[in-house]
Amino acid sequence: MSIVREPPMITLRDTVMQGRRRWLVYSLGAVLILAATQMFAKQATDDLTSSGTWAIALAWSVPILMAGLGGLFSERAGVVNIGLEGMLILGTWFGAFGTMIGGPWFGMLLAAVAGGVGGLMMATAAVGFNVDHIVAGVAINLMAPGLTRFLSDLHFSDRGGSITQSPNISGVSSFSLPIFAGGTVFGWKSPDILGSIENAEVFWLSDLAGIARGFVFQMSWLTLIAFLILPLSIVLLWRTRFGLRLRSCGEHPHAADSLGVNVYKYKYYGVVISGALAGLGGGFLAIQLSGLYKEGQTQGKGYIGLATMIFGNWNPIGTARGAILFGFTETLRLRDESAAHALLLLVAIVVGLLLIWRILRRSGRLGTVQLAIVAVAVGYWYANSTGVPNQLPAITPHIAVLVVLLFATSRLRPPAADGLPFRKGDT
Amino acid sequence: MSRLRAIRRVMGPPVGAVLLALIVASVILFVSGANPFVAFGNVIEYGTRLETLVESFNRATPLYLSGIAFAIAMRMNLFQIGVEGQYILAAFVAAYVGAGVGSLFPPLHVLIILVVAMLVGAAWAGLAGWMKVTRNVHEVISTIMLNAIAVGGVVSFLLGRWSIETASLDTRLGDIATTGWFPSLNPILELVTREIKRVELTGFILVAAVVGIGYHLLVNRTRLGFDLRATGTNPFAAEASGVPPKRTIVLAMLISGAVAGLVGMADLLGDQHFYSLRFPQGLGFAGIAVALLGRNHAVGAAIAAIAFGWLERASGILEVRGDAPREIVTIMVGVIILFAVIAYALAQRRGRIEAAAAAAAQVTEASGPDTEEADT
Repeated sequence: MSIVREPPMITLRDTVMQGRRRWLVYSLGAVLILAATQMFAKQATDDLTSSGTWAIALAWSVPILMAGLGGLFSERAGVVNIGLEGMLILGTWFGAFGTMIGGPWFGMLLAAVAGGVGGLMMATAAVGFNVDHIVAGVAINLMAPGLTRFLSDLHFSDRGGSITQSPNISGVSSFSLPIFAGGTVFGWKSPDILGSIENAEVFWLSDLAGIARGFVFQMSWLTLIAFLILPLSIVLLWRTRFGLRLRSCGEHPHAADSLGVNVYKYKYYGVVISGALAGLGGGFLAIQLSGLYKEGQTQGKGYIGLATMIFGNWNPIGTARGAILFGFTETLRLRDESAAHALLLLVAIVVGLLLIWRILRRSGRLGTVQLAIVAVAVGYWYANSTGVPNQLPAITPHIAVLVVLLFATSRLRPPAADGLPFRKGDT
Repeated sequence: MSRLRAIRRVMGPPVGAVLLALIVASVILFVSGANPFVAFGNVIEYGTRLETLVESFNRATPLYLSGIAFAIAMRMNLFQIGVEGQYILAAFVAAYVGAGVGSLFPPLHVLIILVVAMLVGAAWAGLAGWMKVTRNVHEVISTIMLNAIAVGGVVSFLLGRWSIETASLDTRLGDIATTGWFPSLNPILELVTREIKRVELTGFILVAAVVGIGYHLLVNRTRLGFDLRATGTNPFAAEASGVPPKRTIVLAMLISGAVAGLVGMADLLGDQHFYSLRFPQGLGFAGIAVALLGRNHAVGAAIAAIAFGWLERASGILEVRGDAPREIVTIMVGVIILFAVIAYALAQRRGRIEAAAAAAAQVTEASGPDTEEADT
């Protein structure tokens, strides 16, 4: 829409930031902002760009990413899946249970299967019986915690756990990339190039190295697999016949139907894959991140995943971006309070830059004024405080979701038939 | 005959869903090593005691209010998932104000607390409504986020700030003076029953009844109610006939939020008299189940609330007797909901097909011979 309204003017953005190069420029700019924030922060911190923070942030973004990709498969097939939270919960319980029986890999498998069964139930109601999608999802979300609590009492209570949590379990091993992050190759301790650059503490360059190292340093095999699911999803949805058909069911099911696509089948596929992915996310949360199943440990990550997918504009890359952002805030909460405080400055700077961008582009005045108020308020808060309440980082994702949706809904485009009931023959 | 069929159509799906849930629960009980007949026998025996019944109604009261709050918005196809956050925030603020004003003339004190709770609930829900009408943010996402912000952010932060020192380890606000308590109905109930031990029937059940009647009148007897239903059935037709969509959305959210504000009041004014970390949670989501099973109908929701309240209280015996964890009830509630919504969807579809067939039959009857002649 915006392309139509804009005057055909060649801007800096068009010339410099073409295609993939644009991504590179954005990322470098983002790191520059992080580095600057750290430099100007009142309390010294290097946790915003340290490899340790980013390694953990990456791991914490996995459940959200999995839920988001799950939502993607479901909504691209035209089914709104609010039941992701319930499927995530099923994943946490069965992941922990499977780990107790047969190790973490079996646990992940069981988590995916359990999530998939949740998805199948959801699909049966929403696709098979045309129950309203949100109602069906809510039903799953109501049922899942009860089921896991019931099962916990049966299986965990007499094995050192309780009705609300499982006994401790151990995850899978992790690895560091050789040469770049100091991994070992057949017993040979390779050099740690990125680590050395990070320790040199050169402005921006070390920050870049730190973040890059976070992506290859002490990463669990499960995290790697989770992030491999991302390109796999892209290929599956956009480069295969299966994906084309699945997406056609979300855009115009009757057209797909008229071309011989079995719409029901693809909707079922979409929702079951969705559940399996959410289950994997739950399993990862229990096995790898927490080391046990605990009631309420998902903390609405299913919903957050769904929201990331929405403001990732129903695209996998956008979803991953949001997931990493939320993994990052989650990590700061767990790790470092002064870094969490610096986050305020970061928000003020980002909003300020956005403000300048809007003024340069002469966008609507109301939005600009609102942004200015936000920037000044956050900046003032930062200047007059030494810390943030520990509740703030916890709810940052939720506030961010609301803010992004408030300012960006006009640019979002869901699949055309998303959430609509489908019955063959009805038009 | 047609009346019988109408009753069957209304009552069939929920009763069938409950029966199916009973079967599922029996299977689960059987698999986990308990005798389902003995277990259900225990539940019924315990559940028909006077004290358990009183407790069931105490539980049903907030469930009903929560269900009605959800149903108001649902009548115009707004999925107000935010009752959870609204009632907790409202109960928290109301408890703070109620304790802060000290002792007052009793009805006034109660009234102040109730009004504060309703205003807070309405404001928090109105925020979601405002986001929907101005920026087109879907209410499901906004209310879920507002839930987390209310419970995990605002209440959690302020509870830490405003909590008082007590002998117990519980983080809690100060007590509401006795002038702000809601009377129990035990003396009235005991006129027709024996003496009730340990438990008190909450007087707030009367407020819930008033809200239920008000809801029924609002939806079926007022212009706003008609606008709500019209928008829920066909938003385009409603707008074309002069219903202001934005205003109706905001109003529906405000009223829904105000009722949501009352959800926590039964516990706050009738039982606990202070807000603490142990204040009951999850009533908002349970209310969704009530509204879904009760089909957003004032009486249907009441039956559903009482049924769920009873299931929850009566099932406590399962744990005591060692038959099964009481969470089996949560599973049953989930199964009931899932089967009920499926059954409603099927019944609605069948109703539509029957209506279409009847209409078609009328058309052919009226113009049948003529068209046949014309065709040939």
